[in-house]
Amino acid sequence: MHHYPFKQTIKGHDTMLLSVDRISKTYPGSRPVLQNVSITLGQGDTLALTGESGSGKSTLLNLVAALDEFDEGEITLGTKTYSMLNDVGRAELRRTQVALVFQQFNLIPSLTVKQNLSFHARLGNKNGPEWIAHLTERLGLEALVSRYPEQLSGGQQQRVAIGRALALKPALLLADEPTGNLDDTASNAVMTLMLDLVRETGAALLLVTHSNAIAAQLDHRIHLAGGRIT
Amino acid sequence: MIWPVLSALWSHWRRHTNQLITLLTGLALATGLWSAVQAINTEARASYQRANAQLSFGQLDRLYPTTGSIPLSRYVDLRRNGWQVAAVLTDTLRVSGHSYDVLGVDLLAYPTLPAIAEVSQTVGVAPVDALTAPGRLFMRPETAQNLRKQGSWPPIIETASVPLDTILTDIGVAENLLNRKEQISYLLVLPNQPMNRPSLSQIAPELRRVATQGTDQTTRLTDSFHLNLTAFGLLSFAVGLFIVHGTVGLAFEQRRGMIRTLRALGVPLRLLTRILLAELLVCALVGGAIGLGLGYVIAGILLPDVAATLRGLYSAPIEGTLSLRPTWIVAGFGMAICGTLIASFQALWRVSRLPLLAAPGAHAWVSKGVDRPIQAIAGMGLILGGISIFGVLDGLIAGFIMLAGIMIGTALLLPWCLEQVLKFGQGRARSPLSEWIWADMRAQLSGLSLAMMALMLALAANIGVGTMVSSFRLTFTGWLNQRLASELYVTAKDDVQGAKIAMWLSTRSDAVLPIRASKLQFQNKPLFVYGIVDDSTYRDNWPLIAQTPAVWDKVAAGQGLLINEQLARREQIWPGDHITILENWTFSVVGVYSDYGNPTAQAIISLPSLLNHLPDLPNQRFGVRVAPDKATALANDLITRFDLPAQAVVNQGDLKARSLSVFNKTFVVTGALNVLTLGVAGFAILTSMLTMWTQRLPQVAPVWALGITRKQLAKLEIIRSVALAAMTALLALPLGLVLAWVLLEIINVEAFGWRLPMHLFPTDWLILGLVALCAASIAAVLPALRLKRGPPSDLLKVFTNDR
Repeated sequence: MHHYPFKQTIKGHDTMLLSVDRISKTYPGSRPVLQNVSITLGQGDTLALTGESGSGKSTLLNLVAALDEFDEGEITLGTKTYSMLNDVGRAELRRTQVALVFQQFNLIPSLTVKQNLSFHARLGNKNGPEWIAHLTERLGLEALVSRYPEQLSGGQQQRVAIGRALALKPALLLADEPTGNLDDTASNAVMTLMLDLVRETGAALLLVTHSNAIAAQLDHRIHLAGGRIT
Repeated sequence: MIWPVLSALWSHWRRHTNQLITLLTGLALATGLWSAVQAINTEARASYQRANAQLSFGQLDRLYPTTGSIPLSRYVDLRRNGWQVAAVLTDTLRVSGHSYDVLGVDLLAYPTLPAIAEVSQTVGVAPVDALTAPGRLFMRPETAQNLRKQGSWPPIIETASVPLDTILTDIGVAENLLNRKEQISYLLVLPNQPMNRPSLSQIAPELRRVATQGTDQTTRLTDSFHLNLTAFGLLSFAVGLFIVHGTVGLAFEQRRGMIRTLRALGVPLRLLTRILLAELLVCALVGGAIGLGLGYVIAGILLPDVAATLRGLYSAPIEGTLSLRPTWIVAGFGMAICGTLIASFQALWRVSRLPLLAAPGAHAWVSKGVDRPIQAIAGMGLILGGISIFGVLDGLIAGFIMLAGIMIGTALLLPWCLEQVLKFGQGRARSPLSEWIWADMRAQLSGLSLAMMALMLALAANIGVGTMVSSFRLTFTGWLNQRLASELYVTAKDDVQGAKIAMWLSTRSDAVLPIRASKLQFQNKPLFVYGIVDDSTYRDNWPLIAQTPAVWDKVAAGQGLLINEQLARREQIWPGDHITILENWTFSVVGVYSDYGNPTAQAIISLPSLLNHLPDLPNQRFGVRVAPDKATALANDLITRFDLPAQAVVNQGDLKARSLSVFNKTFVVTGALNVLTLGVAGFAILTSMLTMWTQRLPQVAPVWALGITRKQLAKLEIIRSVALAAMTALLALPLGLVLAWVLLEIINVEAFGWRLPMHLFPTDWLILGLVALCAASIAAVLPALRLKRGPPSDLLKVFTNDR
């Protein structure tokens, strides 16, 4: 029987979606970024991950997104066990079950708004034109569909990024400071919209934020400090 | 204030060492190839000038006969009337299958001839020795090596003061060597003429005075060859500058944030611009110095072949050694600096106009796309402008201007054309990934277009020059087969032996065809007139490109003459026209024949006609028609019977092989420059890929995050690069064919005086296309490997919030 230094379990829905079990991560030449971090998340749960800069929030998010590899522990999403997945399996996971929203938006600059919106869903063979049309309308992007990302404001770009992520109807949405680049008004509008749509899709949400106000809008909240949950 | 600014700007190069290396390499390659060509040209021209100076022919006016040669009596008249002139007899002498220029000067009239004066100082031969029997032959040691065995000749004095393959001697000795008694080719007008001498029109109205600058035939003849080399050098220079332009543009783009910050901290824009300019000049000097070293090495490697070509093609007196000249170094640095300023002008201009508060990091996607139609219109303008200039001006320079217009114009059109193709592809794409690939290629076009332009120019040059050379080779080989119809070619030791050989052969061969010629003057230029006997060999084989009916009957009857294509085009003389080749000896032109590889004018008349006017022509060379299977035995019999050296009897195959080897040498330099230019273009793609790599990550990382593996993305990187190169190669093909057409139909005709039919070589294009695709895939492999094997943290950096 392992002794867990700290284990925070989120209990919402009955079915567990995500299990992060005693994860540790150290980058070469630096102190440990994450140490024995464990969390669980049920389907449709929303969890805010807060903490100072350098506390390991984004690293945890990258590990859950299967973008990076952990040194110790295990992550399970649905039936997928991360340590058993190779590069192709991890890519498939990102293509079909996990969606990401970044602070820097990270839209594909060479594609139009319309193409960006449907891109991830089409990659994951989950293209639903009606759903995307609905998202476009909800996100207020109808007039912007033929524009390129660089022709949009920050708030507009983030709405496209949220639309792209939700077009996939992912099981888990990961958002890393999604409103960090926006002013308060835009930030509130975008957050409200995102939470509404997340609830509409039934996806679980793991959101990294500095903002207490935003964290308060989510079902649950955990705090990271020095790579540990406190 | 300057040092902190300098160290801040320099920190960019410290962090982006590869970019700095790319910039310096681009500059070095641009300067290197250009300087190599210039070194070769300068060395060749210096050789011509040296030869002229040694013989002092570059400084003296000449008196030429209108046609034929100057009689001795006219020379005497001029001298008696106070004209200080020196007689010169010059002709080509063939010894053991090799041609030498014999230059007989009346040394009594011109004892201060610089070459002779130099010899008397260095070798210790008194000028008077050259005048007294048996005389002296002055020649270079290399020439002397081949001629030592001529037993009956006067003593040879070795000297470096005489051009290669030239024999300098007194006119009396030259008369004997050339078997041309009392004939004078032209008169040199010596310095210090008496004031009160009668005018030339009073004493010798048939002579024409030609000023100094008009006498340097070598320079005139070879100008076109050097112009060709210069054009290639310029193309390589331009291709190298594409690399500089791309790298400087990227470096300035990446430093926009730093420049804004420095300005915000109080650094004046003017100071900043000056420091950036100074930084570029330092790079130009360093890159230029490396380029000069590179150019010197390339020139040293290529010069021997160029020298062989110029000697073979134009009989130009050029040596195969390279010397380091200060003017060449200064010019090289000048080109490096000018090139850097041209390539960096746009980037510097943007910095000088950069608003302090503009939004940082704007992408180039839409803005640069808008520029493409304007660039395409400019390209069309250049193409039409080039064609118009050729229509108005005509001539070799106009031909090159047209070529430059078409080449640069098409290069400017390329990005727009590629964009149309990519747009079409994007419209047809069905899967999200292929949609992204097409769109991403369009996005990449801004960064890669310069490299693709360089690749297209290099490929087009390769296709164009390759088609020209291969067409030339095909035509030349066919022409050789026609022209060298005789199975054996024999050279006798002297006229007496020649007559005996002809008699002996008459019963042992199908036909003996004497090769007898005289070097005359026509329009102040040499004209070689050959006399032929009436034989079916000529009627069946001689390659005529224009003729009147019954052409050979007219020639045989002495009623007409044939001229070579060079003379026809140069003087615009065609069948039906008349030419006077000697005083009171006028012929009707009845045909024009192709005569590739010969820079001088030539005419053919019947041998009896020629001997009527010039009875003392040497009778030493013959073509022999015999059944091919008996040729070798007959050659051996000839050598044994007449105690001939082996090289005096040459069979057709050997002669063809020798001619083809001269032909091949002619295009060694062109081929080498072709390959080097293609190499530079390949390097331009590589550097573009590498310098774009940092910009590529933000475009690739989101796709990776959305579920495409790094392996897939790496493959796509290579496919993308190869696809762009393939499209460029396809567009380069028509440009290359236009280039080949212009070279064959315009430039060659202007430069060499002959027109060749154009042949197409699809296999060569295919190979070249594959080379281009390989170059593009090799260039893309390094970034692709980085993507595939690099740590995910490289990609994750794109998503970090505190970038």
